[in-house]
Amino acid sequence: MAEKVLMLALSPTMERGTVLKWRKKEGDRVASGDVLCEVETDKATMEYESVNEGTLLKLLVPEGKDTKVGEPIAIVGEQGEDISGMLKEVAAGLLSAAAEDATGPGKAAPALRNAAAPPVTAGSPIADSPPMAAAPAGERFPGGVKASPLARGLAGTRGIDIRTVRGSGPDGRVVKRDVEAALIGIAVVLTSAAGESQRPAAGRPAPPVPVETPFVEVPVSGKRKVIARRLAESMYTAPHYYLKLYVQVENLLKARKALNEGRADAVSLNAFLVRLAAEALKNHPAVNSSWRGETIARFQRADIGLAVAQPDGLLTPIVRDCWNKGIAAIDAELKLLIGKALKNTLRPEEYTGATFTISNLGSYGVNEFTAIINPPGSAILAVGKAEKTPVVGEGNLVKIETRMTLTLSCDHRVIDGAEGALFLKDLKDQIEYPIGALL
Amino acid sequence: MEMGSYDFDLVIIGAGPGGYVAAIRATQLGLKACVIEKDKPGGTCLNIGCIPSKALIHLAEVFRSAAELEGMGVKVDRSAFDYVQVFKKSRKAADTLSRGVAFLLKKNKIEYFQAAAALKGPNEVTLSDGKTVSGKSIIVATGSRPRVIPGFEFDGRQVLSSDHALMLEKLPKSVIILGGGFIGVEFAHIMNGFGVQVTVVELLDRIVPLEDAECSDVLARAFKKRGIAIHAGTKALSMDKKPGSVAVKVQPREGEAALIEAEQLLVVVGRAPVTDGIGLEKVGITLEKGFIPVGDYYRTKVPSIFAIGDVVATPQLAHVAFKEGEIVAEHLAGKNPEPRVDLHAIPSAVYCEPQIASFGYKEWQAQQEGIPYKKASFPYRGAGKSVAVEKTEGMVKVLYSPETHEILGASVAGADATELIHEILLAKTSELLPEDIAGMIHAHPTLSEAVMEAMRAVEGWAIHV
Repeated sequence: MAEKVLMLALSPTMERGTVLKWRKKEGDRVASGDVLCEVETDKATMEYESVNEGTLLKLLVPEGKDTKVGEPIAIVGEQGEDISGMLKEVAAGLLSAAAEDATGPGKAAPALRNAAAPPVTAGSPIADSPPMAAAPAGERFPGGVKASPLARGLAGTRGIDIRTVRGSGPDGRVVKRDVEAALIGIAVVLTSAAGESQRPAAGRPAPPVPVETPFVEVPVSGKRKVIARRLAESMYTAPHYYLKLYVQVENLLKARKALNEGRADAVSLNAFLVRLAAEALKNHPAVNSSWRGETIARFQRADIGLAVAQPDGLLTPIVRDCWNKGIAAIDAELKLLIGKALKNTLRPEEYTGATFTISNLGSYGVNEFTAIINPPGSAILAVGKAEKTPVVGEGNLVKIETRMTLTLSCDHRVIDGAEGALFLKDLKDQIEYPIGALL
Repeated sequence: MEMGSYDFDLVIIGAGPGGYVAAIRATQLGLKACVIEKDKPGGTCLNIGCIPSKALIHLAEVFRSAAELEGMGVKVDRSAFDYVQVFKKSRKAADTLSRGVAFLLKKNKIEYFQAAAALKGPNEVTLSDGKTVSGKSIIVATGSRPRVIPGFEFDGRQVLSSDHALMLEKLPKSVIILGGGFIGVEFAHIMNGFGVQVTVVELLDRIVPLEDAECSDVLARAFKKRGIAIHAGTKALSMDKKPGSVAVKVQPREGEAALIEAEQLLVVVGRAPVTDGIGLEKVGITLEKGFIPVGDYYRTKVPSIFAIGDVVATPQLAHVAFKEGEIVAEHLAGKNPEPRVDLHAIPSAVYCEPQIASFGYKEWQAQQEGIPYKKASFPYRGAGKSVAVEKTEGMVKVLYSPETHEILGASVAGADATELIHEILLAKTSELLPEDIAGMIHAHPTLSEAVMEAMRAVEGWAIHV
């Protein structure tokens, strides 16, 4: 019996995939475990192993085509089998899928599609907005959106377009908590928008910007889409605040030099930062936690991610369980993971789920910056360039110190200012006095 | 220890509603489970709780309805009434269901150990027959027992617990019931139904104090009509046992202390969790207010040990234990259940006549927590069916959010309240609005029409009132 081969979700966040290269052609025999094709997912390129056995009767999708998870990409069966019925099915399926894409999918839409044109009046209290998409009485699923009557009503009275709300209820249904989450997101947009003069002041959504400058549209890769969505979501759901500190790094650099004497494989500065951050996290469990709505999850391990720049994006490979690894082990793992990141062969479990993240732009010459928290963590450390700086020392004498700026972004739902400050101070102490870790 | 070296995926201590349901659900999801029970399968609920009490309530109603026959000119001779027959029927119901649970466990190939058990370590349990059983996860579902008040200790003859009361083969002529909660009022209903003179003493201001005040009122009025004496706002100070009677000194809210006397005293002031002798100290679990503290998925501080049912501080109801057992089983099987039972979606049920059933916010709770609400209600007598069957006392009441009309809670007092409540509970859990119930066709004549009309009252257009 011929069977459809479907685009599978090869990572937890994957919604679409692109077949980059077919490794088998029509007519080839396929055994279970054979690689059918290379698929570009949201974050990396993966090999798609066949679960079906038989002859590859038809390739349904050309190389380079973006396909939704669950859509058929090939047909495997017995040589010579009649698959005309199945092909008709597939064609019909593709037609309805295309129609859905054109009108906007009914579920899983991100909470905020376009930050420049919120469907509520910028600057005025949310409660006063006219209902934008109140469900007409009697229509069960206006706009094809599955939403509970309560969620619909709440969205209507608060002026949220229910089609833009992602549903977490049964079968992707939009329920009350989803509308509430969207409300929090919009509140954050409004408070940040209120200060900017470009935003429209009167009661309409911003009109589309008139296009005068010619442009070329560059297709957005799956990876870029996910980075955009996850970081926008992080920014708009976690109330970010930023703590900045200068650390003197002479002792750290000396310690590193001493450690690396005679070592074939030099331990990187980042490995030191990961290890010392892990020490500081041990003393401040609130910073190693995650907002869960009704509860806060206190992670029982320090799984620290390090931001790595790639040609087409950004990944955060994770060193798991840093509390039980020495610097050398951490460094070895980092080297391995970074290598994989640059070759785009990281597996999803190697870059998702960091409880804390470090981003170091010092080598790019950046003095200091603020980073966006990488969920499920509640904090991210932005490390700037280490350079010689005049500072005021003892007896009000000016001396030269090698200084680095650390900026910690914290999620205020989980970490209050004092807590964040204590953690950062602890980290500073660890960095400025690394031998202390031996105590 | 790797997975293959445990005897079972799941070891469950206690075969009551929490334990046996967790075992069956876990087995359905592919886990290997065993249950250890020191008494009978089915726990308190089946053997000495819900089931026998509902059998007694039904038979009390049958007995009471003899009065209706007399209204039709039928002469009823009660002289040969033998309570032992009633008692035997309640035991038959309990035994049938207890054997039913044993059968279900066998059918699902769940190993059943008839023994007492104690925790030996995070993955080990020792049995009273000397065996040791190991499991990747353990659930403690040891349930509860009647709570003792110092000074009013049970003796099984003159001072009874609910366990003793359900095993009575002869009813007293008179009884004082200490505790006017749902267990106390159900016993008041049963005993008064069979002709016992009943006095209820309750510490708080009304009977069934956790229910909505208007519902307590409906029940209190019905009880008063039947000659059940109620002393609310009254504290029991001491008791004095004499041959053939018990005298209880009580202190009402206002006035002098008084003495009430009856043949027997039934003390039903709550149930204490069973946590002694099960080895909690061995694994470092300390109690909080007598209960085992648990987090998401009912996990204790020991990652491989869970606790459910009456032994944790959630409402002590069989259906709560069922749900908690299902949550743990589904979580262990890798599914994604809600991490805790939604406390606002638990129906409570009081099986007197009239019945009371409710869920979610009562007025006193909403006021206490500062939650804005509006209320709407509809009297039973407005629904034709209640008049036809002469059961017009009671009402359907709903609390809702003034802004969104979200159903915050509902209370029903009246015949079949414990069935009617489910329509409203379903609306709440599915986030339906009162208008959805108001607009649905309800069969006529039914008591459910009172539910529909109460929802119409929310929208301002109840018709039959």
